[in-house]
Amino acid sequence: MNSDNTAQTEGPTAYPRAASLELRNVSKQYPGASRPAIEDLTLTVPAGEVCVLVGPSGCGKTTAMRLVNRMIVLTSGKILLDGASVMERKPPELRREIGYVIQQIGLFPHLTIADNIATVPRLLGWEKDRVAARVQELLALVQLPPELADRYPAQLSGGQRQRVGVARALAADPPLLLMDEPFGAIDPIARARLQDELLQLQQRVKKTIVFVTHDIDEAIKLGDRIAILREGGVLAQYAPPDELLAAPADDFVAQFVGVDRGLKRLALSRLVDVELLPLNGDHAAGTVDVQTSLRDAASLMLADGNRPLTVVDGDGKPLGQVTLELISAALDRHPPAPDPSAP
Amino acid sequence: MTGPLPLAAAQPVIPDFGRGSTCVRDNGAFCWDWVSDHWGDTLRPALMQHLQLTAIAIVLGFAIAFVLALAAHRRGRLTTPVVLVTGLLYTIPSLALFQLLVPFTGLSRTTAEVALVSYTLLILFRNTLAGLAGVPEEVRDAARGMGLTQRQLLWSVELPLALPAIVAGLRIATVTVISLATVAVFVVNEGLGAPIYAGLQQTFKTELIAAGALCVALALIADGLLVLLQRVLTPWTRVARSR
Repeated sequence: MNSDNTAQTEGPTAYPRAASLELRNVSKQYPGASRPAIEDLTLTVPAGEVCVLVGPSGCGKTTAMRLVNRMIVLTSGKILLDGASVMERKPPELRREIGYVIQQIGLFPHLTIADNIATVPRLLGWEKDRVAARVQELLALVQLPPELADRYPAQLSGGQRQRVGVARALAADPPLLLMDEPFGAIDPIARARLQDELLQLQQRVKKTIVFVTHDIDEAIKLGDRIAILREGGVLAQYAPPDELLAAPADDFVAQFVGVDRGLKRLALSRLVDVELLPLNGDHAAGTVDVQTSLRDAASLMLADGNRPLTVVDGDGKPLGQVTLELISAALDRHPPAPDPSAP
Repeated sequence: MTGPLPLAAAQPVIPDFGRGSTCVRDNGAFCWDWVSDHWGDTLRPALMQHLQLTAIAIVLGFAIAFVLALAAHRRGRLTTPVVLVTGLLYTIPSLALFQLLVPFTGLSRTTAEVALVSYTLLILFRNTLAGLAGVPEEVRDAARGMGLTQRQLLWSVELPLALPAIVAGLRIATVTVISLATVAVFVVNEGLGAPIYAGLQQTFKTELIAAGALCVALALIADGLLVLLQRVLTPWTRVARSR
């Protein structure tokens, strides 16, 4: 094994490199099954973006993800990683370049946290010192105290284990990360925190991420683009969250994103993103911080008899006014153009 | 010659009773001085032979069972035939098995070893296989997903995690073989079975008791050493679980 195979070329620090991922007419048919698990799936994930695969159970989202690192062998079609077909790579070699996080985490119970994180770097034949430095760097990156390095997985909490799982997947700095419901088994409060941390982490590492979930809210929160799959592995819609919420392609998507899709869309924008009404002298009853989401601002006004709110910055300086009408108008911004050819 | 026999001349009439202490002459229940007199010429050699019989049986038995378990782990359909054959061997009474083997291997140590090995196979095979099968599926999935080859998965993940089950099998097999190896005396005059058998033939029971006690002590010590070995090899099984 030589280090030429590594996704990383030098130094223990993170790389900006991310790979684009392209699925071209990908199908998966299990022998003996009456219908395919994935049917003619085509989608492109630009380098450095988060693509969330979402859909009801049995829609094939996990199958689609596992086709990418060849944990499942595709029946037809092509999967290209930075333009090169994954089918032309030896599976173990390919997988060392793709970070892999699963819901049950699958930490090795017999290895310490440090040894768990060091798994792929060691497979790639990194020098001892470089591995040790990388382990410390990753523990810091996922906000775990360095003294956890010598503990065993059984000694950690669920949230800590999940962070170790992410650190382990990032260890050799892969250009692509596959995450299969990584926060599915975590309680809602810890899950929200882990989601925030993942977004912060992504700001720093800028990986291409394929993230599988059945939770549309998680998809909206994390995804740069969301692929909604329906049963049988058929792609129902592939779009950025805002577009998905503004213009669902069909009834299935509309139902899946929920009747509160207007509110969900409002949650994507903050007051700082909209053009506020000028302050007109008559003092509005309440104030609201400019970093508040449109959804929360609307909620405040609805609870307060539809009176306008004064928007203030972090220092309490008034910046303008917001009304329900203004927020309603914000929903009409960028009217998405529905695809006329769509059924 | 007439006249009273010298008292000293009467001694050789009772052969091999060491110093012929009061205890031995009175046919005591257990005579320590017999044990110390015959440690060097009877008990220690028998103990060493016993240790050898056991070690060879366990090493060979484990080697065979291990290979069979790896094969069955790879190809599940091998499991049933292996369990059937080793189970059959396990059920044959040892004396009958010696009878069956003598025409081929004679009254030799080989006969004893073949029988002893065949009794270890079932337990060692089943425990090794169960240990490998007990590795959590998600651990296996994560290992493959990170790019471990089949061989790396086996040696650096599955076998270490199977160690507690493997050592548990070794403990049962070792204790069984130590006790069973006494029966080897019917085909070869070796091991602790020899003084036990000799003890059974005479009214003086010290030899029987001493050899039996050595056999029990050997089993307990071997079992203890294996427990220690497991503690050293599997530190992760002893950590305090936090949540």
